[in-house]
Amino acid sequence: MIRHGYITAPVLGALWMVVLATTIAVTLSFATGDPFRPHILWALLWGAALGMGMTRFGTGRTAQLAVGAALALVTLVAIGPISFGPTASLPASVIAAALLAASFAITLKMILTDVGPHSLSRHIFEAAIIRFLTGFGYIFFTAIVLIPFYVMVMTSLKNQSELMQNPLDFSIDLTQGTALLRSYHELFTQFHFGTYLFNSFFISVLTVAITLAFAIPGAYAVARLRFRGRAAFSRSILLIYMVPMIVLALPIYIAFSMTGLRNSFWGIVMIYPVTTIPVALYMLQGYFRGLPAEVEEAGLMDGLSRLAVIWKITLPLSLPALASVSLYVFMIAWNEFLLAFMLLDDPSKFTLTRGIAALNSSEIPRQHLMAGSVIATVPIMALFLGLERFMTKGLTAGSVKG
Amino acid sequence: MTKPRPVHGAGPLAKREARLAWGLLFPTIASVALVVLLPLLSIFWISFKPVELADLRAPEVVAREDIRGDTKAVGDQANIRYRLRNSSRDKPITGVTLSDTLPLGLIVQTLDPRCTLDERALFCDLGDWDPGTRETLTIPVTLEQAYLTNGLRPQDSPATTTGTGSNVLTNDTFTLENFARIFQGDEFFEVLWVTLFYTVFGTVGALLVGLFAAMLLNKSFRGQGILRGLYLFPYVAPVIAVAFAWLILFDPFSGSANALLIQMGVTSEAINFFGERPLALIMVTVFEIWRYFPLSFLFILARMQSIDTDMYEAADMDGASPFQQFWYLSVPQLLGILSVLFLLRFIWTFNKFDDIFLLTGGNAGTRTLTVNVYEQAFDVSNIGAGAAVAVVIFGCLLSFSILFMKYISREEGL
Repeated sequence: MIRHGYITAPVLGALWMVVLATTIAVTLSFATGDPFRPHILWALLWGAALGMGMTRFGTGRTAQLAVGAALALVTLVAIGPISFGPTASLPASVIAAALLAASFAITLKMILTDVGPHSLSRHIFEAAIIRFLTGFGYIFFTAIVLIPFYVMVMTSLKNQSELMQNPLDFSIDLTQGTALLRSYHELFTQFHFGTYLFNSFFISVLTVAITLAFAIPGAYAVARLRFRGRAAFSRSILLIYMVPMIVLALPIYIAFSMTGLRNSFWGIVMIYPVTTIPVALYMLQGYFRGLPAEVEEAGLMDGLSRLAVIWKITLPLSLPALASVSLYVFMIAWNEFLLAFMLLDDPSKFTLTRGIAALNSSEIPRQHLMAGSVIATVPIMALFLGLERFMTKGLTAGSVKG
Repeated sequence: MTKPRPVHGAGPLAKREARLAWGLLFPTIASVALVVLLPLLSIFWISFKPVELADLRAPEVVAREDIRGDTKAVGDQANIRYRLRNSSRDKPITGVTLSDTLPLGLIVQTLDPRCTLDERALFCDLGDWDPGTRETLTIPVTLEQAYLTNGLRPQDSPATTTGTGSNVLTNDTFTLENFARIFQGDEFFEVLWVTLFYTVFGTVGALLVGLFAAMLLNKSFRGQGILRGLYLFPYVAPVIAVAFAWLILFDPFSGSANALLIQMGVTSEAINFFGERPLALIMVTVFEIWRYFPLSFLFILARMQSIDTDMYEAADMDGASPFQQFWYLSVPQLLGILSVLFLLRFIWTFNKFDDIFLLTGGNAGTRTLTVNVYEQAFDVSNIGAGAAVAVVIFGCLLSFSILFMKYISREEGL
């Protein structure tokens, strides 16, 4: 029953229209601050009608044009899937109508490929549904990922009164020039974010170095050398990760308070690597195992000691893995919040995450909070995008940790 | 001549290899023992101790010294005063002593019977002190020329004090009060229920959403790489940054989400997303799903791309529809990675602290076990009770881990 062109096409068309109308209304609201809203009833109606039309009259160029024109027209005369509030500007409304018309005409044709005015085979029917779900999925995921980051960046560029006036208006007045960046300027000049940035960077790099220095020999031993307890050891590494940080943080806090290591750089540098050594060891030993043992044995036969073999043969061969592990460890250290929050009280020693936590007070305007978040996010994102290949590998191999 | 015999046990080479292995592993083992195992043991110890945040500072003798009287000419009479007190109002200090070096040119007239003076080195044995004891030692002195020329006053050489305060962390008082306190009333069961809700729905949600995302990207098209990178953003960004971005987005007074919902006509008044029961719990769970779906997505995508495509072609030829292919081919192939992911994420979501702490601080019915550790230890200032909650968490994890170990031996990979 439902697998008939005259039922499938209107249903998919109606649902797709709701998706598109909502997306475009939300996008334009966020972009311009003008009041757009999807009109669900009209969307269902027009979507069904146009879906039906496309099945009946084919999906050729003329049919597409007709669908697009009809849609743009009904939207502009205010009986369409998107309705405009009284304050919406005319250009924005025209853009909304055009966007909706074009995207619907193009994508619905793709969704309804092979769906004709007759009963459909199971294959064609399910393929159409999957295409609809795929389209919905792309929109959905892109929206949920981008919106928080968009809000973060845009809020950091505004000022308090603009934010209170219309929380939806994220349009940026580019004529302000560098004044847009005043929050950042204040953070760096009055809130010592330069120091925090340096602290975070310094601590993260040190953490990576110490982690590698500990984990490489350990991983090599577990991967290559035979000794009693090897299997038990390589298993218990993972068990360490089952211990939640907050459980460890409490005794560490007590011990640091009593020995005066709290509030010191070195206390943090002592703790961070230990939280990352097990996962680095686990990732590296997996990689070392995949390297051919023969190369190393040849080195041993030629008179190199084990340590020389590690240094001259194993490490050069595992540079990609080292890059992945380093990036992953860097990310953990950079993003670490709990320990920094509990152990650092002195503003001159804050890391970025701790510095942002200190901005979370009612006296500090929140564009500062968001600017701080952007400052913490941008370096790690840049690193991630630049070295995505290594990073993704590191994430896959290492994300037994959460 | 001895007959050659087979070597029993480990030969010298094997022994050397084992020694090297332990040598290479030693730094790791030592550091992990110091930072993971030792704290774990101490958590058990602390959980039976009546210790509060303020007890972390051991009681000590605080000393201030000054000189009073005329100190202008030779022969002037003056008093050196040591004002001493026990820094703690509720704990005694035993074996209190004071030692100091007097400056040149001060002649001591009379000495307190508890003190001895050896040339210029003063030593006083003040015995045991009750909580909150205050004491002032006065030493009358006469000035000589050397004092005036030297210019050094008594307070320029700081007095050293010793004394053993009993520290509640190391003494032999134990109590079950902490456990009684955290288990009392309905509060504990609410915490447990919240933890369970958050863990189960967070884990399952992240898995399902990740599966959906992986299916979207399991085909090659232009921009696939970009989208994959984009979908990893929530996981890669610092938790504090994204948590605050969510808070601002969903702010009840000036958040964009509320403005949007009102404009769309979904609601007529602003919703306090992170401040109302049970909405707050749902929101932190949604946040958890949002932040960790990239992880399951990455794993599932990697597994999907290693599935042989021939199989799907064969199924296509045999007339299997897309849904059938998914259900009868993909799902069985993915079951292994899905179950491993479920176990790992389950434990990790159970352990999660930062996210809820930053979003709601454990208010509005979102207090999980991990947040409860912080709450008890630092907000209520009862370290012992916090440790007791940590012990409960550890017990839960131990049982999860046993399950997990049993399972992972069957599900290799990872």
